[in-house]
Amino acid sequence: MSGADVWRLSATALAARVRAGDLAVADAVESGWRGPAAAWEADVHAVAHTDPGARAAASSAAARDRRTAPLAGVPVLVKDNLCTTDYPTTCGSRILAGYRPPYDATVIGRLRDHGAVVIGKGNMDEFAMGSSTEFSAYGPTRNPYDLGRVPGGSSGGPAAAVAYGLCPVGLGSDTGGSVRQPAAFCGVFGLKPTYGRLSRYGLVAFGSSLDQVGIFARHAGDVAATYAALAGPDPHDATTRQTPAPDVSRWDRGVAGLTFGWPANLWREGVEPDVVEGLEIAAVALERAGARRVAFDFMPGEYAVATYYLVATAEASSNLARFDGVRYGFRHDDAPDVRALYTRTRSAGFGPEVQRRILLGTYALSAGYYDAYYLTAQRARTRIRREYEAAFARCDCMLMPASPTLPFRLGEKTDDPLAMYLSDIFTIGANLAGIPGLTVPVGLTGANGRPPLPRAVQVLGPEDAEPVLLAAGRALEVGGDTIRLGAAHDTEFAWPTKR
Amino acid sequence: MSIDREDVKRIAELARLEIPEDRIERTARELSAVLDYAAALRRLDLEGCEPTVFAGLGAAGPAPLRADALDDVRRLTPETALAAAPEHEDDAFLVPPVVENLNP
Amino acid sequence: MAYEAVIGLECHIQLATVSKMFCGCPAEFGARPNSNVCPVCLGLPGALPVTNREAIDAAIRLGLALGSTIRDVSVFARKHYFYPDMPKNYQITQYDRPLCEGGALPVRIGDATRSFALIRVHAEEDTGKSFHPERHGDRQVSRVDFNRAGVPLLELVTQPVFREPAECAAFLTALRRLVRWLGISEGDMEKGHLRCDANVSIRPAGTQALGTKSELKNLNSIKGVEKGITAEIARQERVLASGGTIEQATLLYDADHDKLAVMRSKEHAHDYRYFPEPDLPQLAVDAAWLAAARERLAELPWTRAERFAAEYGLPAYDAGVLCDQRELADYFEEVVKEADPKKVSNWIMTEMLRHLKATQRGVSDWARNVPPHHFAFIIRSVETAQATATSAKSVLDEVFANGGDPASIYAERGIRARSSSDELLPLVRAAIEENPGPVAQYLGGKTATLGFLVGQVMKKSGGQAVPQTVKDLLEAELARRAAAR
Ligand SMILES: [Mg+2]
Ligand SMILES: [Zn+2]
Repeated sequence: MSGADVWRLSATALAARVRAGDLAVADAVESGWRGPAAAWEADVHAVAHTDPGARAAASSAAARDRRTAPLAGVPVLVKDNLCTTDYPTTCGSRILAGYRPPYDATVIGRLRDHGAVVIGKGNMDEFAMGSSTEFSAYGPTRNPYDLGRVPGGSSGGPAAAVAYGLCPVGLGSDTGGSVRQPAAFCGVFGLKPTYGRLSRYGLVAFGSSLDQVGIFARHAGDVAATYAALAGPDPHDATTRQTPAPDVSRWDRGVAGLTFGWPANLWREGVEPDVVEGLEIAAVALERAGARRVAFDFMPGEYAVATYYLVATAEASSNLARFDGVRYGFRHDDAPDVRALYTRTRSAGFGPEVQRRILLGTYALSAGYYDAYYLTAQRARTRIRREYEAAFARCDCMLMPASPTLPFRLGEKTDDPLAMYLSDIFTIGANLAGIPGLTVPVGLTGANGRPPLPRAVQVLGPEDAEPVLLAAGRALEVGGDTIRLGAAHDTEFAWPTKR
Repeated sequence: MSIDREDVKRIAELARLEIPEDRIERTARELSAVLDYAAALRRLDLEGCEPTVFAGLGAAGPAPLRADALDDVRRLTPETALAAAPEHEDDAFLVPPVVENLNP
Repeated sequence: MAYEAVIGLECHIQLATVSKMFCGCPAEFGARPNSNVCPVCLGLPGALPVTNREAIDAAIRLGLALGSTIRDVSVFARKHYFYPDMPKNYQITQYDRPLCEGGALPVRIGDATRSFALIRVHAEEDTGKSFHPERHGDRQVSRVDFNRAGVPLLELVTQPVFREPAECAAFLTALRRLVRWLGISEGDMEKGHLRCDANVSIRPAGTQALGTKSELKNLNSIKGVEKGITAEIARQERVLASGGTIEQATLLYDADHDKLAVMRSKEHAHDYRYFPEPDLPQLAVDAAWLAAARERLAELPWTRAERFAAEYGLPAYDAGVLCDQRELADYFEEVVKEADPKKVSNWIMTEMLRHLKATQRGVSDWARNVPPHHFAFIIRSVETAQATATSAKSVLDEVFANGGDPASIYAERGIRARSSSDELLPLVRAAIEENPGPVAQYLGGKTATLGFLVGQVMKKSGGQAVPQTVKDLLEAELARRAAAR
C-alpha cells in the first residue's frame, strides 16, 4: 500500500505500523486530511472544529510513546460535546460559541494515553438533540453516500467522517440512539456501551441517566480496541461501574453456539423493506456461522419513545440550566438585570429544538405534573428494563433494526418533531435499560434508480455483553452477504463514491 | 391538547426562555403532540414497577465516595476560571446587579 | 386578643472539611476570589460530582448525636432555581429521602432542659457569593466569586416547636455548641458557618390551627435571630390587630436598623422541580460505617455533663459550663486527676474563663501555657496552705501570660502562706498606726472598714498573709485598743 493510502487502514493496522516505526504519527494523522477530506469535507461538513497546529502538537505528543501505545498514531474525530483543551467544545450550539474547556474529558485523556490523536470535533445536532445532524448552529452534515440525505444524528459528524475515510475511529455520544442510528445511516460500526462503562466526565450532559460515549469504526476489531482503551471505572464519574470492564480481546472468537433473539413482530409494519431485508441477511449469516435464532415477540418501541421523551427532556431541562451567560459562552449584550440576562441569553443562544425539549422537560418536572409525567416515565422505564431482562433470559443477544428507515432526505423531518423522534424507536430502549447495543453495517442497497445507501442491523445484549456483540458484529463483517471481507482484511470497506 | 398558552408561558418563565407571542400557540401544539403520544404509557401495566432512577440500578451498586482530600490537579487558577467568562474583572465574574442575596 | 407564635428554624451548618462536597477544591475561607474552583464546582459543561465521604460522616455523627434515624439508603436531588452565584442553576441537596430524619436537640434553658424536635438533617452544597452592586462605568454590576460554591453544608430543619424568640436563641447556642463539640463545624454565625432562617406564624393563644407563615432570612447572629423573630411576631400582630391578613412572604431582617423588608410574596414562590440527582447513585450507609461513626462520636456534651455531676459531685450548673466546649471538659478531667473537683471547677469558672474572655483566647491557648498538672499544682497550693489564694492567682496570671513552671516560681519568690502571729502582728500594728482615720471609723462602729485594713496588711505581706489570720489578729488588736481608751 502506498503512503498516500494510509487513511484506508483500520486503526489496529495503522497503529501496528506506527509502533513498528514504518509510519510517522504525523503522516498517519494527516493522511485523511490530505486524501479523502480534500474531496469530501467541503460537501459533507463532518468537522465542526479543527486546527492543523493543534493536530501537529497532538501528533508530536503521541509520537513520544509510539512504540508501545495500543492506538499509536490513530486519528480520532470526537463529537463536539466532549471537552477538549485543544479545540473548542460548542455542542453544535450558539450558546457555546468559541468556548474552550480548561480540561479534557476522561475518554479524551484515555485516547491520548493510548497513543491516539484527537484531530478535531465532529459536527452534531445542538446538544445532541436530533436524529439528523441538521440542528447544528454550524450548519448540517450530509451523508457521504448521498449528499441530499442526512447522516443520521445526533453524532452525524464523526459517523460521516469515519465513513468517508477522514479517520478510522470516531467518538460520539448516544442518549437515545445518537451513535447507533448515524452509524447505520453511514454504514459503519457504532457501539453504545453498557451504561457506566465509559466515563461521562467531560461529556456535556444531555440526559445523564441515558448518556453514554459511543464508538464509531469501520471494523469490529477497531471498535474492540477503542473500547478496551476507554472502558473502566473513573473516580470522577460516580456512575461508572466499579468493576473492571468486560474483556473484548476475543472479538474474533466467532458465534458458534450463540443464540440471538428474533423479535419479528417489531418490523411487521412501519419498517422499510430494505431494512427488513438487511435483518434477514444478517440472521442467515449468523446462522451460517453457527448461531441459533430464537423467535419471540417483544414490547413495541412506542412505549420506549414515550418514556424517553419524558425522562430525557426532564434531565436535559436541568442539565442545560447552567448555560446562562455568566461563566462561559454566549451572553446577550442587552441585559439590564439578571433575569433579562438569563432569558435573553438562553432564548438567543439555544435553537428551537433545544428550547422545545427544555420546555417539555420543565413541564414534566413542574409542580403538579411530576407524578403524571416524570414519575410515570421512570416506572415505565423499570417495566421496559424487565422486558429486556426477560428477553435475555432466552437468548445471548437480540437482532433489531438500528433505524426503521434508510437515510432520509435533508429537511424531510425537520418540521415534525414527533416524526423525528420516532426514527429512534429501535435504539431508545437500550438507553432506558442501560444495556449495550452495536450497529453493524450490512452493506449497501440500491433500488429503483436510487443510489446505493448503507443499511445496518443492531445487536443488543444484556449489561456487559460487549464481547458478545462484538463477536456477532465480527461474524457479520466477515460473513455478511453484501460485504465479503477476508479475515485478514485491514482496508476493505464499502467506500462511498462521490455523487 | 395537554398544554395551553398559559402553561407555555409558565414553563417558559421557569426555564428562563422567552417564547415570542406569535410562537406560543404553535409551541403549545408541538408540546401537546409529544405529551399526547406519551399518554400511551397509561396503557402500560406498571403494577409493581418502582421508578428507575439510575440506569443499571442494582448492578451498578451504591455511589462510590471520595476521600476528603485536595485535588490540585483539577483546580483552576482564577485566570483560567475566568478565561471563558463573557465579562470579568479583578478575579471576579461580572453580572448585572444582584439586589439582595435571596438564595432559598 | 392574645396571640402565640409558632416558630420553626432551618439551619445551615457549614462543615469544616478539607475539601468541598463534590470535588477536591479547598473548602477554606478567605482565599483569592475564584481560586478555589475546578470544573465541578464552577459548573463547567461536562463536569460531574463525586461525594465527599467525610462530609457524609459528619452528617451521620450529627444525626446520631441528635438521635435521628440514619437512612441506610438516601438520595441526592437537584433543586432548581436560577441565581448568579449558583454554578449549575440547581443545587445538589436531598429531598424526599434525606440522610437523617427525626431526633431532637436537648437545650438547657434556665434550670430546665427542653428537647426541641427535628424534622431532618441532610447534606447539600453551598452556593458562591455575589456582592452588592457597584458602579461600573455607566451601569451597575455585581461581582461573583465561586470559592464557596460546593462547600459542604448540613441543613437541619426543626419541627415548628418554638413559641418564644428566646427559645430559638437558646437552641442555636446549643446547636453551635454541639457542632463544635463534634468538631464538624466552627459554628460561627458571624462568619456564616452557621446560618439560620425562621418560619414564623402566629395564632390566637390556645388554638391549634397554624396561621400563615412568613419566612425570615438574613438572621446572621444569635442575637439577630431573637430580635428578628421578635420584630416579625410584632409585625404580624399589628397586621391582625388592624384587621389585615398575613400574606405568605419572605422577609429580610436588617439587624442594624431592627427592620424587616418584604422580599418576595407568594406570586413569586419557587417551583424547584426537585428530581433525583442522576449523576449520583444512591448513598448507602451500612452498619459498619454507622458503627465507626458512633465510635468516633464519643461522649456527647449533655451525657458528659450528667456524668460530671454524678462522678465529681458538681452542681448541674458547673457541669453544664464545663461541658460547653469539648476541650474545656477534657482539660477539666485532666486537672481533676490531681486536685479537688469542686475547687478545680471554681478555679476554671472564675479564673480561667475570665482570662480567656478578657484575652479573646481559647482553651487550647490556655492549655499550652498552663498544662493541667501546673494548674493542679497552683490549686493544691492554696488547699494545702502552701500559698494564699492571692499569691496563687498572681502566679497563675503570670503562667498564663508567659508560661513556666509554677513550682519554680514559688521557690524563686519564696512564696508561702504566712499565718504565724509572730510574723503578722508587727504588720497588723503598723497598718493600725498608719491609718488612724479608718481605725477611728471602725472603733466608732463602722465595722466594714475592717476589709480595708485587712487589705493594707495583705499588701505589706506581699500577698502571702493568710487573710483569715490577718482578720482575727486585726479584730483582737482593735478590741484591745478600744478597751484601752
Ligand atoms: Mg438548603
Ligand atoms: Zn472544585
